[in-house]
Amino acid sequence: MVTEDPRLLPTPEAHDLLELTRELADKELAPRADEGEHRGEFPRELIRTLGRAGLLGLPYPAVHGGGDQPYQVYLRVLELLASRWLAVAEAVSVHTLACYPLAAHGTDAQRERLLPAMLGGELLGAYCLTEPAGGSDPAAMTTRADRDGESYLVSGTKAWITHAGVADFYNVFCRTGGGGANGISCLLVDAGTPGIAPQARERTMGLRASPVAQIAFDGVPVPVDRRLGAEGQGFSIAMQALDAGRLGIAACAVGLAQAALDYALRYARERQQFGRPIVEFQGVGFLLADAATQIAAARALTLSAARLRDLGLPYTAEAAKAKLFATDMAMQVTTDAVQVLGGYGYVADHPVERWMREAKVLQIVEGTNQIQRLVIARGLAHG
Amino acid sequence: MKTVVLVKQVPDSGAERRLRDADHTIERESADNLINEMDDYAIEEALRLQEAHGGEVTILTMGPTQAAESIRKALSMGPDQAVHVLDDALAGSCAVATSAVLAAALRTLSPDLVLSGAESTDGRVQAMPHMVAERLGIAALTGARKLTVGGDGTLTVERQTDEGYEVVTAATPAVVSVWDTINEPRYPSFKGIMAAKKKPVSVLSLADLGIDPGEVGTAGATSAVVSHQERPARSAGQKIIDQGDGGVKLVEFLASEKFV
Ligand SMILES: Cc1cc2nc3c(=O)[nH]c(=O)nc-3n(C[C@H](O)[C@H](O)[C@H](O)COP(=O)(O)OP(=O)(O)OC[C@H]3O[C@@H](n4cnc5c(N)ncnc54)[C@H](O)[C@@H]3O)c2cc1C
Ligand SMILES: Cc1cc2nc3c(=O)[nH]c(=O)nc-3n(C[C@H](O)[C@H](O)[C@H](O)COP(=O)(O)OP(=O)(O)OC[C@H]3O[C@@H](n4cnc5c(N)ncnc54)[C@H](O)[C@@H]3O)c2cc1C
Repeated sequence: MVTEDPRLLPTPEAHDLLELTRELADKELAPRADEGEHRGEFPRELIRTLGRAGLLGLPYPAVHGGGDQPYQVYLRVLELLASRWLAVAEAVSVHTLACYPLAAHGTDAQRERLLPAMLGGELLGAYCLTEPAGGSDPAAMTTRADRDGESYLVSGTKAWITHAGVADFYNVFCRTGGGGANGISCLLVDAGTPGIAPQARERTMGLRASPVAQIAFDGVPVPVDRRLGAEGQGFSIAMQALDAGRLGIAACAVGLAQAALDYALRYARERQQFGRPIVEFQGVGFLLADAATQIAAARALTLSAARLRDLGLPYTAEAAKAKLFATDMAMQVTTDAVQVLGGYGYVADHPVERWMREAKVLQIVEGTNQIQRLVIARGLAHG
Repeated sequence: MKTVVLVKQVPDSGAERRLRDADHTIERESADNLINEMDDYAIEEALRLQEAHGGEVTILTMGPTQAAESIRKALSMGPDQAVHVLDDALAGSCAVATSAVLAAALRTLSPDLVLSGAESTDGRVQAMPHMVAERLGIAALTGARKLTVGGDGTLTVERQTDEGYEVVTAATPAVVSVWDTINEPRYPSFKGIMAAKKKPVSVLSLADLGIDPGEVGTAGATSAVVSHQERPARSAGQKIIDQGDGGVKLVEFLASEKFV
């Protein structure tokens, strides 16, 4: 069971929020996850239900329609959602990431005009950084935004965009100046703007309910007042957003691993071999003990990085450590869960093989785990 | 329009429920207590009417101290306020007495519309809405699967029956009870939960309602449960092992039970 020790929650309202989340996760997510992943259909209406409940703007200020929750509470919500259906938790995480550039770097006027709708639960966002030629080195991006009077015209191709084709707004990082990181800006683009063409969906290994595709931009007009932050500030906005986003991925990994442990444990208590429940064999019991320990460590690491963020302290390296550790952990734990179920773990009758496929993507998105090590090592070298 | 929704707290019907040996009443302390499922639909219907026609929505509950939890939960969906009838003397009330108490509380609220569930999952009397309407001398439109309010305030209800449905109408004030076919209840929102903490809940005693404690509770029950017995444990089913004739044996079984 996902631990919800009330002593670890900062406020009584956080407790109420998690209770609401649990009700939604149990009644709306859990019963639909298997079928939804099998059919590969994005559960748009379900995300709206979460939005109406207030889960699509949790870590943002109440004055703009957000939930005013500290990151550590928002992450517990994500963890709980991920333990029932990762694709849905991922959707909440990506949407929350996509609201960050406006919330943190928009002008007051931009925030007042645009943020309430984005946090209101009916709209869904996407975050367009990666390009076909490279994800790990986004400073090499080639998508351009050329000034044309009071607009930019955006042209280029983004790749691997979660919510491509279903999002209502896109954060597009593109080049407004010269080469390198300093030539990049961040634009907030309505999905309905002419010239935006989402491509065919990628056929992914897991998270099949979550649409991922390239998006081609062909002379897309974007008003200059949709630029978030100054020209050339885009790269640093993207990296800040990813610091926060990585904590979301870490929380998703913890939730996924917890689901796998809970499932494997229940199975191991019931499955008999040699006249005994297999959980009583040390070989199985120790596997589960290691999983429980690793999950607890990953959760603690993630929440401690979140608390730094909540206090306004630097947390870039801590977020990278949490993302690295939690997602590697989830890969290990979901793989071991398959092992605990033996042959039954290898077939789609049980969800553990799906969870193993889903865990893999967490080691890749929002900076591969190699890139997380790079961030941590850089911090060590220059810190 | 002023709407009052009757909301009963019941033990979780999904969990195991027991009766107390001493007085044959439901063990409410040990159970996980929830809003009676059908009452969620009544609340939703009240909120939809409020969204369309304005007015206010009040929750009315008669129940022990822990019913306050369900009242907050109900308020987190959106109603404006609640009335909780709470009195130790109410323990063990029969359906007739319950209806007297609810009717007395409703008189203090003078609603245009009283909405309730069509049935509770514990008592299952299915008569509370009728009894309350009778006591108030107003119409009872029961078992609704659809409710509309006309321009002149006339209520029209599609009343669900085994064969189909009947259309019945009445002028307000009236009692309408609903089945789970009428709508899809909303979840509370996080903001709704926060707001519910500040919504007014007035607690009324029997004295506040001018009811003699001797007329309610175990003392005033018009009927008494004299004994109860647990349902016998299900006996093990009959196992048919297929040795080539499994299909025939299954059909024989079904025929012997008159299924085919
Ligand atoms: C399902 C899914 C959803 C995604 N959603 C989004 C999204 O919504 N928005 C978005 O912008 N992107 C998204 N991505 C893209 C994702 O962030 C990139 O795939 C990721 O950053 C890696 O980039 P790449 O695929 O180009 O791999 P590459 O950068 O080509 O990396 C290939 C390999 O080289 C390694 N490598 C690269 N550089 C180094 C180095 N310096 N040191 C050591 N190793 C290195 C990498 O770790 C990796 O193992 C998504 C990807 C997937 C699979
Ligand atoms: C003969 C008899 C003897 C009984 N004796 C006892 C006893 O000794 N001890 C005991 O604990 N119970 C006893 N009960 C049960 C108890 O009286 C009923 O459960 C209760 O009166 C409500 O009836 P119901 O829930 O079955 O109503 P239903 O008609 O099935 O409920 C319909 C709707 O009425 C509303 N409603 C019902 N009760 C309330 C309430 N309290 N507050 C607000 N709204 C409400 C709800 O909207 C509900 O959905 C007895 C019942 C009968 C018939």
